[in-house]
Amino acid sequence: MGFYLAQLLTGLANASSLFLIACGLSIIFGVTRIVNFAHGSFYMVGAYLAYSLVTWMDGGIFGFWLSLLVAALIVGVLGLIVEVTILRRIYHAPELFQLVATFGVVLIVQDAALAIWGAEDLLGPRAPGLARAVRILGEPIPEYDLALIVIGPLVLGAIWLLFHRTRWGILVRAATQDREMVDALGVNQRWLFSAVFVLGSALAGLGGALQIPREAVSLQMDLSVIGEAFVVVVIGGMGSVSGAFVAAVLISVLNAFAILIFPQISIVLPFVVMAVVLIVRPYGLFGRPGSEAGGAEEPEQPLRLMSRRGAMVLAAFVLILAASPAVTGDFTSILLVDVMVAMLFAVSLHFMMGIGGMVSFGHAAYFGVGAYAAAMGMKYLGLSMLPAMALGPVAAAGAALLFGWFCVRLSGVYLAMLTLAAAQILWGVTYQWGEVTGGDDGILGIWPAGWASGDKAYFYLAMVLCVGGMFLLRRMAHSPFGYGLRGVRDSAVRAEAIGMDVKLHQWMGFTVAGAFAGLAGVVFVFSKGSVFPDVLGISQSVDGLIMVLLGGIHALAGPILGAGVFILIEDWVTRLDYWRVIFGGIILVVVLVAPDGVAGGVDRLLRAVGIRRGDAT
Amino acid sequence: MSVLEVRDLSKSFGGVEAVADVSFDLGAGEFLALIGPNGAGKTTCFNMLNGYLRPDRGSVKLEGRELVGRRPRAIVRMGVGRTFQITRTFLSMTVRENVQMALISHHKRMFDFWSRAVRMYEGEADALLDLVSMRDQAARPCSELAYGDLKRLELAIALAHEPALLLMDEPTAGMAPSERVALMALTGEIVKSRGVSVLFTEHDMDVVFAHAHRILVLNRGRLIAEGSGAEIRENPLVQEVYLGGGTVFAAEGV
Ligand SMILES: Nc1ncnc2c1ncn2[C@@H]1O[C@H](COP(=O)(O)OP(=O)(O)OP(=O)(O)O)[C@@H](O)[C@H]1O
Ligand SMILES: [Mg+2]
Repeated sequence: MGFYLAQLLTGLANASSLFLIACGLSIIFGVTRIVNFAHGSFYMVGAYLAYSLVTWMDGGIFGFWLSLLVAALIVGVLGLIVEVTILRRIYHAPELFQLVATFGVVLIVQDAALAIWGAEDLLGPRAPGLARAVRILGEPIPEYDLALIVIGPLVLGAIWLLFHRTRWGILVRAATQDREMVDALGVNQRWLFSAVFVLGSALAGLGGALQIPREAVSLQMDLSVIGEAFVVVVIGGMGSVSGAFVAAVLISVLNAFAILIFPQISIVLPFVVMAVVLIVRPYGLFGRPGSEAGGAEEPEQPLRLMSRRGAMVLAAFVLILAASPAVTGDFTSILLVDVMVAMLFAVSLHFMMGIGGMVSFGHAAYFGVGAYAAAMGMKYLGLSMLPAMALGPVAAAGAALLFGWFCVRLSGVYLAMLTLAAAQILWGVTYQWGEVTGGDDGILGIWPAGWASGDKAYFYLAMVLCVGGMFLLRRMAHSPFGYGLRGVRDSAVRAEAIGMDVKLHQWMGFTVAGAFAGLAGVVFVFSKGSVFPDVLGISQSVDGLIMVLLGGIHALAGPILGAGVFILIEDWVTRLDYWRVIFGGIILVVVLVAPDGVAGGVDRLLRAVGIRRGDAT
Repeated sequence: MSVLEVRDLSKSFGGVEAVADVSFDLGAGEFLALIGPNGAGKTTCFNMLNGYLRPDRGSVKLEGRELVGRRPRAIVRMGVGRTFQITRTFLSMTVRENVQMALISHHKRMFDFWSRAVRMYEGEADALLDLVSMRDQAARPCSELAYGDLKRLELAIALAHEPALLLMDEPTAGMAPSERVALMALTGEIVKSRGVSVLFTEHDMDVVFAHAHRILVLNRGRLIAEGSGAEIRENPLVQEVYLGGGTVFAAEGV
């Protein structure tokens, strides 16, 4: 009995931490409609600041709690800076831009934290006065956990009062429920958005600060928490603070008991709960339809078939690529394989996102499934290289068929969140199921067959597969199937009215995109000789998004250019010490200055010099 | 023989009877208007014919085949075309491509992964665009069209499925008076030349009396009158519903 109570109390303490992180995210989303990846960074900075302040003040109970509050306030100011300099400019941009921009902030904050606090994990002091454990029904319960169980509802109550008893709070709620209301605010809108962002960031900072007696402060805190925080927000209903509370309790308490039966479930459980909730209640427990995100987009220009001149230029590029091993070293061939893998991955993501209008935050899942399927096919089924290579896309298509069926039932950010959940579930399973997937140690020794084992030989194999894959995807984009996807994206009502099966079409689009991502994963795994769980991770998914964005989402050539530029920049920049700052900076510049990406820029250039027909717009 | 047989069609929303026991027939080649004040149940009626709403009761038969219970896309394929009150088109495509898409879907080629969509059914698409006098704008992006042109494009798209019946919910809403007359005249010609039947709702009584062969009047979900323009004008029940008597028909209903 006492044991179960202890388990419940631990669950509730975790729920409080989780709620503190998630509620700020939810408030920010509710008003600004921004999916803010940088929320995890604010959480991490809050923890670091609290650590520094507490150790510096060293002032007993009062000093400890004061430090936490000051840390939260500083993070609030940091949020204000980010809002004013970056986010304010992209409130009306499509979700993809906002997401990638906030990811740029994540990178910059990571390096700033590295420069200030160093790479070592920092073990915080215990909370003065709450450092021991009390016995409840014979079980030891940390006093600090009990304090957290009280703090969570206290903060919930404070936010409730703020939202129901102040003019400002009432405005915030109105803005969350009704978009037109926000625009009607006119001048005050800026002020409202900034204030909401400060509040949300400060809450994230407080959440991080409160963690220091419980866990070491580290540079991995940001991304490790953001996935779960999103899950809480989505389950609760985006914009709903009480929803976030209920969701945090639901997940944490479920988790506290589920690990008794199945200890490995922790990583996967929140995402499974989220998937189930979204299928039953597509807008979350307390969300309503209409609290959907997504800025208005300019209508895209019609597609054009490739001109003769364009085809010749492209053929010349492919020939140069094919001839490159003759004149360059093995090192270049290896780099070019990376470039081609990234290109195919980005083109497959663009196929579902740009053409199909289904934004995926978890496309890495299918890349990873392709890679793992090939590796496991070799290791367990004893397949030789080519059959193993064929297995990859088939397995990826299977996974996409399964998860896509759920995802296409939703749209907009909710669809994006479900793709993220799917990817995290697969990542969690891969990570935990060590006996089969090798867990953290990955699967090693996946080398190409003898005839393809030289760097140059493998280059040609990779080229056939990647260029072939890209060709097929492009051909499909121009086929009735691809046009159908664009049609559904433009107007699902019109698509249904001309007799299309909208969901089936999207589902097939999702599957095709997954299959080709799997093909990219296959080429990847044989070029590296090994595969680790991070191929399915958030970073890999975001890399794909950045490539598509860098290239420009409105052009078929966009993801190809974007991936090329991305890998070359990455190859150059990662040799530097503080590459994340540079990379984050580049991302922000692209989002803020050249929102139509490299392809958009090249397109404008070609029109200007008259190579491409059509009005220069 | 009638193309469409509607019998006892009913739908309530939480106690409010939006449509109650509506029955009517629509003959081949007929141009039938469904009128009534705001909230009378016209759109609800249309949505049940289209498959977007499931009726509580009643049946809808197209050339003898039951429509109730089928999905909207299946009903389209059976020969019921529609145009929208607020136009819906594929904005990232050209005018011609919009019609081509309808043709591709009509010929069940949507899951062709290889052919080039812009090369498919070009001739048929241009013929349909000719019909609605939009051929000269075929290559323009749909996003640049004027509102009246979008309405005509929707008509061409609907005709791509060779419908036996065309449902038009407020086809002229939001158009200038001269455009309204032109669009309805065009629709009338097409109906005649292709043998399509049309059911439309409309608030502009000038349009209704000028073009409809027959008129149904709906009020609070119930059919209260049916007949020719002259009969409807004289009907005391109808005059009562449209407060203020006969003169209302001169002004525009809102
Ligand atoms: N989805 C719904 N839920 C609840 N009530 C509805 C719904 N749709 C329609 N109604 C109600 O049913 C009645 C009929 O509405 P309907 O839209 O069919 O009228 P209408 O004749 O098309 O009006 P209008 O001329 O304004 O377009 C109205 O009272 C309306 O409020
Ligand atoms: Mg209506």
